[in-house]
Amino acid sequence: MIFEVFRQERKGQPFQHAGSVTAPDETFAEIYAREQYGRRQESVALWLVPREAVSRITEFPDEFEMKYRRVDGYSIKARLREARERAGTLEMAPGGEGE
Amino acid sequence: MSERTDRLLAIADDELFLGWRNSEWTGIAPFLEEDVAFSSIAQNEIGHARALYELAAAELGTTADELAFDRRPDEYRCAPLVQLRRLEWARTIARHWLYETADEIRLETLKASDDAEIAGVAAKMDREEAYHRMHAEMWIDRLLSTEEGRTRLNEAVDELWPYALGVLDDELRPELRHRAEERLGRELADVEPVSRGVHEAELAELLKEMTMVRRSAPPGAQW
Repeated sequence: MIFEVFRQERKGQPFQHAGSVTAPDETFAEIYAREQYGRRQESVALWLVPREAVSRITEFPDEFEMKYRRVDGYSIKARLREARERAGTLEMAPGGEGE
Repeated sequence: MSERTDRLLAIADDELFLGWRNSEWTGIAPFLEEDVAFSSIAQNEIGHARALYELAAAELGTTADELAFDRRPDEYRCAPLVQLRRLEWARTIARHWLYETADEIRLETLKASDDAEIAGVAAKMDREEAYHRMHAEMWIDRLLSTEEGRTRLNEAVDELWPYALGVLDDELRPELRHRAEERLGRELADVEPVSRGVHEAELAELLKEMTMVRRSAPPGAQW
């Protein structure tokens, strides 16, 4: 069986894909993942997921090239600030004056 | 040499030699994941050896490195079980499991020691050994689950059994027998233990290999 391994580097951080281990069952996989991704104290937690449990999506059709959906080169920060000022929610915003 | 130091050296030598022997699989274990895991376990054992050598070194006024590498072959106190060169997987797993089972019994007595330093190091070691035991036990489960695995494991255990008994002092041996027989679901032979103090020819050979780099450097070289 192949298990995909996700590791968390520090508490509170997101789990990120670290790699995979091949093992005959979950017990072996846990031991191997621990040694492979945890022996140098590089992880505080690991997730093991059997590969077949992972749903895979690879098709993202964009027949009409709707570029306006993309945000490249679009500075959102200033516009967001203006919008918040208008709405009177500036102080409530994360990183706003209120904090 | 005090009885305390003698005891510390015996265990440290066990851990050093077993770590070294297990590391003989690095790069050639049956599959990659096992290679990484078994090598990591080997490194842990050597770390345990260092901690124990440091305790002994403090008393003898020397260093862990000198104790690990600079004694004469006949001065090493390790059990013959860990001296054997065994490049065959079923025997490697059998030795690993027999050693961990014996070591667990020994650690239980050390953790209960009145000597706070020894009890402290033993408790630390035990927290890592717990994962070595998990690794060994999962292999035993796996081997016992098929006809071929069971046959090969049993053959290997029977061959190594007198050596396994030799890891422990007399009074702890019945407990090792009890745990091993329970786990394997069968009786083990009543044999004469191959005790500490016996030096297999393989020990001197291994020691030469282990100290090759150290001997090549001028005295006092800093690493």
